[in-house]
Amino acid sequence: METAFDAISFVLMTLGGLCVFIGGLGVLRMPELFTRMHAASVTDTGGLGLVVLGLALQAGWSLALVKLAAILVFLFATSPTSAYALANAALLSGHRPEGAERLDEAAERGS
Amino acid sequence: MTLLFSLFLLTMLVIVAVAIVNSVNLFAAVILSGIFSLLMAANFFVLDAADVALTEAAVGAGVATVLFLGALALTGEHEREGPRGHFLHLFIAVATGAVLIYATFDNPVIGDPNAPVHQHVAPWYLENTPELIGIPNVVTAVLGSFRGFDTLGEVFVVFTAGIGVLSILGVRHTLVEITGAELDARQRSLRHHLIPRVVSRGMVPLILLFALYVQFHGEYSPGGGFQAGAIAAAAIILYCLVEGDDRGRELVPEWLLGLMLAGGAFLFGAVGVACMLLGGNFLDYSVLARTQTDGQHFGLLLIELGVGITVSGVLLTVFHAFARRASR
Repeated sequence: METAFDAISFVLMTLGGLCVFIGGLGVLRMPELFTRMHAASVTDTGGLGLVVLGLALQAGWSLALVKLAAILVFLFATSPTSAYALANAALLSGHRPEGAERLDEAAERGS
Repeated sequence: MTLLFSLFLLTMLVIVAVAIVNSVNLFAAVILSGIFSLLMAANFFVLDAADVALTEAAVGAGVATVLFLGALALTGEHEREGPRGHFLHLFIAVATGAVLIYATFDNPVIGDPNAPVHQHVAPWYLENTPELIGIPNVVTAVLGSFRGFDTLGEVFVVFTAGIGVLSILGVRHTLVEITGAELDARQRSLRHHLIPRVVSRGMVPLILLFALYVQFHGEYSPGGGFQAGAIAAAAIILYCLVEGDDRGRELVPEWLLGLMLAGGAFLFGAVGVACMLLGGNFLDYSVLARTQTDGQHFGLLLIELGVGITVSGVLLTVFHAFARRASR
């Protein structure tokens, strides 16, 4: 039983680390602000969630589990919010996503 | 494993420090200095200094970053082109660095039980805290009771810093009272930030609750007045950021901030004087209650409260001083 838990938590944490790594790669390789932000925020939330789940399996029924649960709730609430706030601030200060003009034109033609 | 982790953290610290010096964009430099503080906090935690790590994370990475950003709103985000570096400067920097590195060879190994820091007064504190103070967190005992004078001095340094910022950035002569319709109009201009506002409404009470826990549980776990004050100030600053500075000032009005600024430091000093009036020495809390340890508990609770009130008051005052300048 214990080895099964260990194996699952190992897989979860490795997947989480992989997520964060891919996110970092995306920040470096993506062409412009919004796609970079997308790469960073989605993988960060998912990757950290996976890592915390893996750690929770290691912790077992203990006080550490409660703390990890609190961390998980906070991360899932704040991490997407901060990404949203960043993207919103960029949009308000005049940055446009690539290809937004085409969408605008299409919307105008449609209306 | 721990060694590997600290090596990684220290390497990251050096990289971030070089990046801060190199960056021309001050906005990037501020964010990098926040990252520097967070790495430093992790480093303190690896070295088992949880109290210091908590302070560094709350003040260095949290509040100080916001205050820097507030200052940037007043100054502009690009560094002015300074004079080019001189070979003399390079020589002085390299020579100082070499001397410092040479000096580290005399340092004891990390965790060496024979190091002077573990042989001087630390064993005495560890041995006598349970008997004299009766609390598990020796850091709080040292900070609040054994070295109460130093902490009183620190609180007055924080207090003086708040007064200094107020006297430079002006107190209230430019303040225009905004109420009613205009305030509502300003509120509507924040409608783009609906999601952060909703989330922060859930977060602010939790952060305040955590601040209270850190404040009043500081005798048993890492924490105390300095950390709790910074965390409480961070909660209120978050509220001000998403709801607008005017709403923030309605929540914690100016007169209350002034009262907090002076009242906390006053409370600390008053506890000391009360000890004298009851026949003990200045800041000798043992005389405050019937038994030695009860008196120490009571005194520590009061002075930590004073520290927390002053710290959060000063941080909020500085934040409002910057924000008001920027919104004028």
